[in-house]
Amino acid sequence: MKRTILLFLALVLLVAAGCGPTLTPALTPTPSGPRTLTVMTHDSFDASQEVIAQFEAQTGATVKFLKSGDTGAALNQAILSKDTPLADVFYGVDNTFFSRAIEADIFEPYASPALADIPDELELDPQHRLNPVDFGDVCLNYDKAWFGEKGLTPPATLEDLTKPEMKGLLVVENPATSSPGLAFLMATVGHFGEDGYRDFWAKLRDNDVLVTAGWEDAYWGQFSAASDGDRPIVVSYATSPAAEVYFSEGAYTEPPTGNVLGEGACFRQIEFVGILKGTANRDLAEKWVDFMLSPAFQADIPLHMWVFPANPQAELPEVFQFAETPPQPAQVSPEAIDQNREKWIEAWTETVLH
Amino acid sequence: MTLKHGGTRRHGDTETRRNRHVSASPLLRVFLYLLPLAFLALFYFYPLFSIFRLSLAPERQPALTALRELVSTPYYVRTLWFTIWQATLSTLLTLLAALPAAYVFARYQFPGKSLLQALTTIPFVLPTIVVATAFTSLLGPKGWVNQILMVILGLDHPPINLLHTLAIILLAHVFYNYTIILRMVGGFWANLNPQLEAAARMLGASPWRAFREVTLPLLRPALTAAALLVFLFDFTSFGVILILGGPHYATLEVEIYRQAVHLFNLPVAAALSLLQIGCTFGLMVVYTRLQKRITVPLQLRPRRITARRPRTRSEHWLVGINVAVMILLLVVPLLSLAERSLSTGQPSYSLAYYQELSINRQSSIFFVPPLLAVRNSLLFAGTTVGLALTLGLISAWLLARQRGHLGRLLDPVFMLPLGTSAVTLGFGYIIALAKPPLNLRASPVLVPLAHTLVALPFVVRSLLPVIRGIHPHLREAARVLGASSWRVWLEVDLPIVGRALLVGAVFAFTVSLGEFGATVFVARPQMPTMPVVIYRFLGQPGAINYGQALAMSTLLMIVCAVGFLAIERFRYGEVGEF
Repeated sequence: MKRTILLFLALVLLVAAGCGPTLTPALTPTPSGPRTLTVMTHDSFDASQEVIAQFEAQTGATVKFLKSGDTGAALNQAILSKDTPLADVFYGVDNTFFSRAIEADIFEPYASPALADIPDELELDPQHRLNPVDFGDVCLNYDKAWFGEKGLTPPATLEDLTKPEMKGLLVVENPATSSPGLAFLMATVGHFGEDGYRDFWAKLRDNDVLVTAGWEDAYWGQFSAASDGDRPIVVSYATSPAAEVYFSEGAYTEPPTGNVLGEGACFRQIEFVGILKGTANRDLAEKWVDFMLSPAFQADIPLHMWVFPANPQAELPEVFQFAETPPQPAQVSPEAIDQNREKWIEAWTETVLH
Repeated sequence: MTLKHGGTRRHGDTETRRNRHVSASPLLRVFLYLLPLAFLALFYFYPLFSIFRLSLAPERQPALTALRELVSTPYYVRTLWFTIWQATLSTLLTLLAALPAAYVFARYQFPGKSLLQALTTIPFVLPTIVVATAFTSLLGPKGWVNQILMVILGLDHPPINLLHTLAIILLAHVFYNYTIILRMVGGFWANLNPQLEAAARMLGASPWRAFREVTLPLLRPALTAAALLVFLFDFTSFGVILILGGPHYATLEVEIYRQAVHLFNLPVAAALSLLQIGCTFGLMVVYTRLQKRITVPLQLRPRRITARRPRTRSEHWLVGINVAVMILLLVVPLLSLAERSLSTGQPSYSLAYYQELSINRQSSIFFVPPLLAVRNSLLFAGTTVGLALTLGLISAWLLARQRGHLGRLLDPVFMLPLGTSAVTLGFGYIIALAKPPLNLRASPVLVPLAHTLVALPFVVRSLLPVIRGIHPHLREAARVLGASSWRVWLEVDLPIVGRALLVGAVFAFTVSLGEFGATVFVARPQMPTMPVVIYRFLGQPGAINYGQALAMSTLLMIVCAVGFLAIERFRYGEVGEF
């Protein structure tokens, strides 16, 4: 058996030696045949076949999508594979992960000419490593039928949630494990300030707020309008009521849920696309970024990802009449988020869970 | 039955000597043995070392320092402690619930037995989020259990509130892992000679004493192996803790996920992973030592001899109660999911959600026709079964022959993947498998490979007790009669091991269909499986999305059940009879 061990060890050594710190470009372009553009993204990405086919026809390349978990997981994988990139382009960094992405230095600057049509307030990177593609607001949704039956007025502001009649009605996602959960925490930080948000959350805790791990178990598990749960207020998106109408197969002509749009009650997530450093397909990657910002792709965004296109000229589908935009979403800068994310989450955990 | 392990070992030694004498090429054997070791080296140790090196090196922080820091932080000590005790408690409860059923399944024939057995394994493949909604619809505030209790007790609010409690964590662990005990212990038990216990009873032993002193010692290898697997699953529990347990509970696995994915704190995640692997290794070392003392050669019997129909009134009750528990605990939640996938409002029941599955209404590029998702799932599952059985057989053989230091070291090593955080390994793949010829990060090949890593321990654990239990006299008799070692294997060992091999196949199939392990955390190629489709539907609001998620979950259950029944029907000569 000694021989077996020796051979085993030899094999391990061989493997270790073969995979030393030598750098081999992962994506060497094939000189002949159609080229492939690899787009790394999160699980929520979607687009129509026709739109992607349009890009493929324009460039003669094939587009391959790599879905890599939620925003955080996908971005971490992109950072881990920095030396041997898995893809040419990464789509889906949002403003809560913006600084992590910039600091990891995984993107190449590219100022797309299409940025001319995008409002300035959506552009967060002066060096154009990350270009804005779309935005969406994380808001509170309430169950209209539930409030109707009880004869209660639904909440209009964050402050309303602390009223005694709202006791036991709210379900939120844990900011430590969920992207909308983190966004809602940011809304409260933005609205009540660094001094006031803990106080607000302490009141919510006393008002029996329920905390779930993610959006799925809050919405499909606890929200009274969508599940057997008994919580009529949930942290979701401002477009969710519109999606409820669209995905009801004609059962609803009006949304069964409403948004709480009061001052600072929502947090705006902006999603970005960037060209990954080390790509061997820089020209194609540039074309892809231009394409994502073009009217064709921008108009395709709403019904596939339930967010708003960054280009205000892009046509919105009819059902988006139910997708409200909050007049005054809370403001927290990406730098502040990055510097304080852990501190805020820890303080939140301390206040709400202990 | 009085042979002590010393005796067994002597037999083992003669056997190895003879084999060496008979078999022509020891080199071939070394090569075979190297296969599973090379597999582990490439797809487990190498990615793991890569991620650890990256995570711990930049800080210039040796692993030991990082670990020492962890175990001196009260929060992590509490997490470790909770991880261990909830897993222990869950394992005990699972044993308590499933052992009587294992006995009933081993000793009695009754109608619907194989269907019921197939149904009990289904929970294993269901995404936690789907199970959570099934539990809510049964036990939640509006669930029928609470509704009935409110009527009976005349209450105006639901009396049971299990959400985010320890009770629901334990219940879910029993729900998921019941089948491990039922199949591994029940399968082994079915081949034990019932005459031994009957003889003890004849000599005046009480039923309890006959069980304790005759059956239990014989059962122990399979029992400890199954309990070990259940423990490791509970020890690394993730979805159940996160979703059903709620934010107040965390296992090491949950904490590693939080640190690695959300905080991107790789040094802490790596140190926690090391701690988790260390615990698994420690447990395995203890287990292997125990195992050495309790293995005895067995008289295994075909199951057509050992099982019969219940006769007396108490036997009928015994079977009836166990079947009722299984239906209530395992089948009713599944049925409630299937029921909801059909309830479409107007008309109250229809196949609308199923029809919707094959319509690409938004012409999405990620649309997958349901049959294609089924095909992808089966393709990965089939490959996983093939790989896991091949590597598992070789590994089990290797382990059965190694009773010295090497065996004591190797046995824990084969189990380590089960006690390793999926996100750590997934991130390890991203770094390690980046260069040709191993550039597998975004290749579909990685999926069955990662599943095999989780399936392998199941195959090894179900095979080992049986292989070790094969009476050496059987092999010797065959050799004396002139059979080559290959023929001995084919005609003596394989038929006896066959049943355990099928049990291993069922679990390998299940692990892959349920997408266990690191594949959740690697960039996925465009070959979506059924669970991937379920998650896609659950990602957006709207009744149709939820309905389709449930319809796909029901399809997953059906594919699963059909798969189990097909595997169990598999017969090759006497294979499966044992």
